[in-house]
Amino acid sequence: MAKSPELEHPNKAFGWAARDTSGLLSPFNFSRRATGEKDVTFKVLFCGICHSDLHKVKNEWGSSIYPLIPGHEIVGVVTEVGSKVQKFKVGDKVGVGCMVGACHSCDNCDNHLENYCPKMILTYGAKYYDGTITYGGYSDTMVSDEHFVVRIPDNLPLDAGAPLLCAGITVYSPLRFYGLDKPGMHVGVVGLGGLGHVAVKFAKAMGVKVTVISSSPNKKKEALEHLGADSFLVSKDQDQMQAAQGTMDGIIDTVSAQHPLLPLIGLLKTQGKLVMVGAPEKPLELPVFPLLMGRKLLGGSCIGGMKETQEMIDFAAKHNITADIEVIPIDYVNTAMERLLKKDVRYRFVIDIGNTLKSSN
Amino acid sequence: MAKSPEEEHPQKAFGWAAKDSSGLLSPFHFSRRETGDGDVTIKILYCGVCHSDLHNVKNEWGFTMYPVVPGHEIVGTVTKTGKNVKKFKVGDRVGVGVLVDSCKRCESCQQDLENYCPQMILTYNSYSQDGTKTYGGYSDIVVVDEHYVLRFPENLPPAAGAPLLCAGITVYSPMKYYGMTEPGKHLGVAGLGGLGHVAVKIGKAFGLKVTVISTSPKKEEEAVNRLGADSFLVSSDPAKMKAAINTMDYIIDTVSAVHPLAPLISLLKLNGKLITVGLPEKPLELPIFPLVLGRKLVGGSDVGGIKETQEMLDFCAKHGITADIELIKMGDINTAMERLAKSDVKYRFVIDVANSLSQ
Repeated sequence: MAKSPELEHPNKAFGWAARDTSGLLSPFNFSRRATGEKDVTFKVLFCGICHSDLHKVKNEWGSSIYPLIPGHEIVGVVTEVGSKVQKFKVGDKVGVGCMVGACHSCDNCDNHLENYCPKMILTYGAKYYDGTITYGGYSDTMVSDEHFVVRIPDNLPLDAGAPLLCAGITVYSPLRFYGLDKPGMHVGVVGLGGLGHVAVKFAKAMGVKVTVISSSPNKKKEALEHLGADSFLVSKDQDQMQAAQGTMDGIIDTVSAQHPLLPLIGLLKTQGKLVMVGAPEKPLELPVFPLLMGRKLLGGSCIGGMKETQEMIDFAAKHNITADIEVIPIDYVNTAMERLLKKDVRYRFVIDIGNTLKSSN
Repeated sequence: MAKSPEEEHPQKAFGWAAKDSSGLLSPFHFSRRETGDGDVTIKILYCGVCHSDLHNVKNEWGFTMYPVVPGHEIVGTVTKTGKNVKKFKVGDRVGVGVLVDSCKRCESCQQDLENYCPQMILTYNSYSQDGTKTYGGYSDIVVVDEHYVLRFPENLPPAAGAPLLCAGITVYSPMKYYGMTEPGKHLGVAGLGGLGHVAVKIGKAFGLKVTVISTSPKKEEEAVNRLGADSFLVSSDPAKMKAAINTMDYIIDTVSAVHPLAPLISLLKLNGKLITVGLPEKPLELPIFPLVLGRKLVGGSDVGGIKETQEMLDFCAKHGITADIELIKMGDINTAMERLAKSDVKYRFVIDVANSLSQ
């Protein structure tokens, strides 16, 4: 008979987990494996709340395994390293993002694209090599194979840096891969939430002109004055959208709700690229004529490999890019999830694990 | 009052036109402009029947201006040249494809991408700079600015080479642009019609492994034994489609009917590219998850610029690539259109204009 979460590993751990599709989180005792020879164990200080966490706790994608501890924007301080660990030592500031395992032998892994490995193991809700289920960062400790740990440079604040581990890499990778990172280019960012606001900052740091495209006119002031966007388009305003036709080299679309593609394709210049990083559940309508008439393309992207994640963190540290966050205590997490659902956050909640997650043991 | 088609220009011309959305073509007298200083006048020998011609004569895309003389796969002989013409002389074998003019000043034109110029003028059913309508190659002569005329390679048979002027460039251009030319990589060709069969031949010439993806099992023998495809996938066979998941580097989708994209996307490997060159009337359903999870992309492409069209003709001449055609008389065009609507042609009709267009 399978051991209970508390007993399956030797080291006690404590976190908050969802037990069912209500998605409500509550205190949960479990355990972490002993620090293996290639493992890094760290005390979790902060964990970002990603919209994926909300989808997963409510089983909106249909693959959730309960009890589920979410959290894949995890930062903390190393407390123990295995005997074969080369890159980290006790006291280092580190982070773990969306993955904790991969096969290390396929083409994708060889090309530093662990995120596309067919055997990639997610940080939470997935089966690890030893058959146990992975638990995420809404918890007091984390154990990860060194390969999936990134170093957080000293000058990057841990709390505001945490969301970069998912939101950051999710937008950084396609800006690079699809070549939308050249100074002087004009890139649109659709949706101004956790992903969108970080996309604006990265693109600006790359020397790109940025236009935010949003359904909410009340985000304009922030976008221009605080985030540094060059312009702002209200997507429902036909005149504004029409005037901007054919002006963008690329668009990063962070919206995961159903939405029309035709107006976005119209904003692209000839040979422009529309990149989807939000993933609507149902198919969208693709108007084919405009795609052909301008030799345009629509592509997807999903987080990034470990090498690129470290590169992204270092780039962010160099350019002082962090997320705009609202730090919350762990017992606010259910309220935060409700607010996240209503998009009532500028622009990421981050749980102050270190100071507020205390086991009752 | 606007002049009639017969009177608006000084050179008499004769062709077949569709007069309404029944799409039925019949004899039509019109006229061509005088051979300008930069123009070439061409006696038309052959003209391919492109599926776009069918869409246009029936106004399926909603922008046909009747009467319409279709035809944008034109091969002929130069009969007159304007005084500034440098590239051609009387007697030269030439071709005209999908466009006959553009602004020549914009970024696209400057980059030899006249086909993406916002002011590009199509060979038929467009307005010329002088405000008159353009008429296509189902006719006896055409007058074109030399910049948009192609030199037709001598060793390329004119009838079988005519379809290259649209079908050929339509698949060649995206294969180059989207990097679908690395020997050993695996190309899927969805749809085995005018575009598809040429894509197979060009794909093989690039050294690619080619799989034809089709709804018609009876096309397999031809595809593999005659066209040279390496394999054949029946898209309506779920077991075969499942076995082929994640095997293709790229897919050229030539299908012009509305069809599901999800099964094609699943055939692609990581970073795979689905390039659509067919023009369905309605939008297609696009699943986003598989694109995100596999960093895949869907791109479009529309013919090619003049420089690239010439490059494609020379490439085909070098590799002995022509279309597989059924030569027809002008008078049989309506029957041919009916058969084309039912995909009953291997794989392009070509009108023997010079020998069958009589007044």
